Amino acid sequence: MDSIDRRLLDDYQHDLPLDPRPFAAIGRDLGIAEDEVIARLDRLRQHGTVSRVGAVVRPNVAGASTLAAMAVPVEWLERVAALVSAYPEVNHNYQRDHRLNLWFVVACADRAGVAMVLLDISRRTGLEVLDLPMLEHFHIDLGFGLQWT
Amino acid sequence: MTQILDDIDRAIIVATQDGLPLVERPYDVVAEQVGIDGAELRRRMAAMLDSGVIRRVGLVPNHYALGYAWNGMTVWDVADDDVAAAGAALCSLGFVSHCYERPRLLPDWPYNLFAMIHAKRKDDADQLVARAAAALGGMNRGHRVLYSTRILKKTGLRLKGGGDVPPKPVPARA
Repeated sequence: MDSIDRRLLDDYQHDLPLDPRPFAAIGRDLGIAEDEVIARLDRLRQHGTVSRVGAVVRPNVAGASTLAAMAVPVEWLERVAALVSAYPEVNHNYQRDHRLNLWFVVACADRAGVAMVLLDISRRTGLEVLDLPMLEHFHIDLGFGLQWT
Repeated sequence: MTQILDDIDRAIIVATQDGLPLVERPYDVVAEQVGIDGAELRRRMAAMLDSGVIRRVGLVPNHYALGYAWNGMTVWDVADDDVAAAGAALCSLGFVSHCYERPRLLPDWPYNLFAMIHAKRKDDADQLVARAAAALGGMNRGHRVLYSTRILKKTGLRLKGGGDVPPKPVPARA
């Protein structure tokens, strides 16, 4: 990770050019060749520093999703977490430090699909599943500023 | 909010959900998959950016890989009339990555405003929470931070249910 990688991460979280050759445009900004931009992005992605280079889509515009929470007894946590993660409709699943200790996102084509997944998890675990769908999304104007120290 | 997405827009989202190909002409490659030309694809992506369907196009950093081991879901109880102002205040801080209003589920869950923060150290994370609380001032009727202790699964948006296998759980903090 050098200063050019950092500039890629700092400057291009939001504004990848909608140019036929976006990486050539970035290269012009950074003073490096198009193929070096591509090689650096490929390396950042392979290292996992960057999950992907692409579009981030607003939730619920192309389907329905919700944030779900469960209070899982500690001795069941491994099994319940694995059961939840196994659903292809679950795309994030975190253990968190609260009585409600399992938090996950369920995304489906429509609201009925989301409800069915939550009901299925509740039936299979015998535990209550809280359904906290997004009501409003507040727009982040600034990018997430990374700190390099 | 009503968003009219046609089949081609949906196809564009599906084709790009795992990221653009890292080649000289990535938009042309995606356009070919979708069955339109590159200019049309870029025009549609620009329109979806304008309407907010696409929030951004760019590098999606992995906060954990960058050393941001403290992922805090801050949750706030604010009066319904204050939610818009409180959400705007949190967004303007510069360190909140996502901010949503969600329903309260009383008595279990009194919090209606969610904001994600990320920090490398616990002290830094706590400081961000304190700054957020200061920004909300009297609008804040109570808050909590739920730090993630383990990532059990994390994949991008999926429009079509894929057969992706969940990764092995990893500790949030090594």
